[in-house]
Amino acid sequence: MAGRYAGLFGIQLRMSTLAAMQYRVDFLVRGLIAMLWSAITLIPLLVVYGARKEVAGWSLNEALVVVAWFTLLRAVLEGAVSPSLTAVVEHVRKGTLDFVLLKPADAQFLVSTAKFEPWRLIDVAGALVIFSYAFAKIGHWPSPAQVVTGLVFLALAVLILYSIWILVVSAAFWVIKVDNLSYLFGSLFDVGRWPIDVLRGVWRGTLTMVFTFVFPVALMTTYPALALLGRLDGKTALLALAGGGVFAVVARWVWQRALAMYTSASS
Amino acid sequence: MTAADTAGGPTPDPPSVAAELARAARAFPALLRVGVAEVVAYRAEFLVWILTTNMPLVMLALWHAVAADGPVGRFDQARFTAYYLGVLVVRLATSNWMAWQMSMEIRDGTLSAKLLRPIHPLYAYAADHISAVPMRLVVVSPIVAILFATSWGRLVRHDPRLLLILAASIAGAWLLMYFSMVLLGSLAFYVDSAMGVFELWIGLHGLFSGYLIPLEVMPRWFRALADVLPFRFMLAFPVETLVGLLSPGQALRQLAAQWIYIAVLGVLAMRVWRAGVKRFAAFGG
Repeated sequence: MAGRYAGLFGIQLRMSTLAAMQYRVDFLVRGLIAMLWSAITLIPLLVVYGARKEVAGWSLNEALVVVAWFTLLRAVLEGAVSPSLTAVVEHVRKGTLDFVLLKPADAQFLVSTAKFEPWRLIDVAGALVIFSYAFAKIGHWPSPAQVVTGLVFLALAVLILYSIWILVVSAAFWVIKVDNLSYLFGSLFDVGRWPIDVLRGVWRGTLTMVFTFVFPVALMTTYPALALLGRLDGKTALLALAGGGVFAVVARWVWQRALAMYTSASS
Repeated sequence: MTAADTAGGPTPDPPSVAAELARAARAFPALLRVGVAEVVAYRAEFLVWILTTNMPLVMLALWHAVAADGPVGRFDQARFTAYYLGVLVVRLATSNWMAWQMSMEIRDGTLSAKLLRPIHPLYAYAADHISAVPMRLVVVSPIVAILFATSWGRLVRHDPRLLLILAASIAGAWLLMYFSMVLLGSLAFYVDSAMGVFELWIGLHGLFSGYLIPLEVMPRWFRALADVLPFRFMLAFPVETLVGLLSPGQALRQLAAQWIYIAVLGVLAMRVWRAGVKRFAAFGG
């Protein structure tokens, strides 16, 4: 079972890569733009830290670790998660989801792996560069245990990202047009660029709560950064992991409910 | 405007600009009604779209944390509040993402239907946008109320010259956004996918228009660059006038620069559009 899905995953990945490689110039240009874009997004951070040595308890280099996580996750989001799921919305609108549902494999798996954008790998490289720079400046590298915690959090973050996206796409079964929702998602995700503590002063921390529990950007970037920096205690880590798990289960359940609602376009 | 106007087939001479404008003016009320109906029909989407503009609030929270222990340059916490609320208001009033719609319609051929109509497609796009203004006002007015409540003392109020310049600068910002969208959208006539360019444009606009960060707190070299690029005239200029960062003399000079940019971009956009329409070959129709 697992072997079969791994094989399917490989095939889907290969198809996307082949498709992307057909347009080599586009591949390069988009890669370059992605890099430029990452550089541009660093400017606000540098300006803020040009004015102050420390903001809400975070130094520049520590904040850079958050930015690196953010860059990495955005690469995952825009390279692996959102292209496929945007395609689902199109399927639902046109009624071609039938063809997917007819295939002898799990529909959620099929639609989630339908499309990858390999040039986002350049962003991953960018994230690694920022990580290296930040830790070189801080002066000590994370211990193996901290790296492992960080990787576990990476997995959790991807799971949460994916779950939120599945929720957004499920909305497509009810409201059809969700491009706007995906933009909203993108704009909220952008908050993850900053350590969550900078929002602590707003409405006595209400915003911090929202971005930790309702739309858990903090779990995706700030907590992993804390883990790498060795500032995260075990209890918080376990709670965060449990929360992420619950999120994924709920998303899967909603997807199945939504799928039951699907009435093909011709019927 | 009736069907009889179009039935005669393509006219050999293109109508003069004045005649075209007069025609457009007659059609405008109808176009506006259609636009308003559309916005009302898709009101949920409209609201979601408005919520997407949340970046200034996040940046405001951030700068509040930064300025908690003293001002940054001329900006203290209260000024940051006024600035970012002003950004929200001007942005919601003037923002325009027509290039995406244009490039899609050029690619899938929907544009040919628009070209057949006896009204210039660019007026139709503009009407589309202006018709969303009532809904935009509904959304913007609470923000304006908050702006007045929190920062009344910080706003430009006494100098009638500055108030006039403010009004002109907001209208100018709208026009600049509009022309740059025409220019970007027309790219779709020439290249298959201009999405990369759009993304780049959003990035540059975010930084150089003062949307993310007030230009004043930027490094000197950055400000020098921002002064010569068109982006600051789309947002930072009206907002800075609104929150009283500019003297009348400075504001007047910037207004002149803004309208020069409008003229240049306007001519350029029309040229590119016209040349593009000539090479446009729609699929099917």
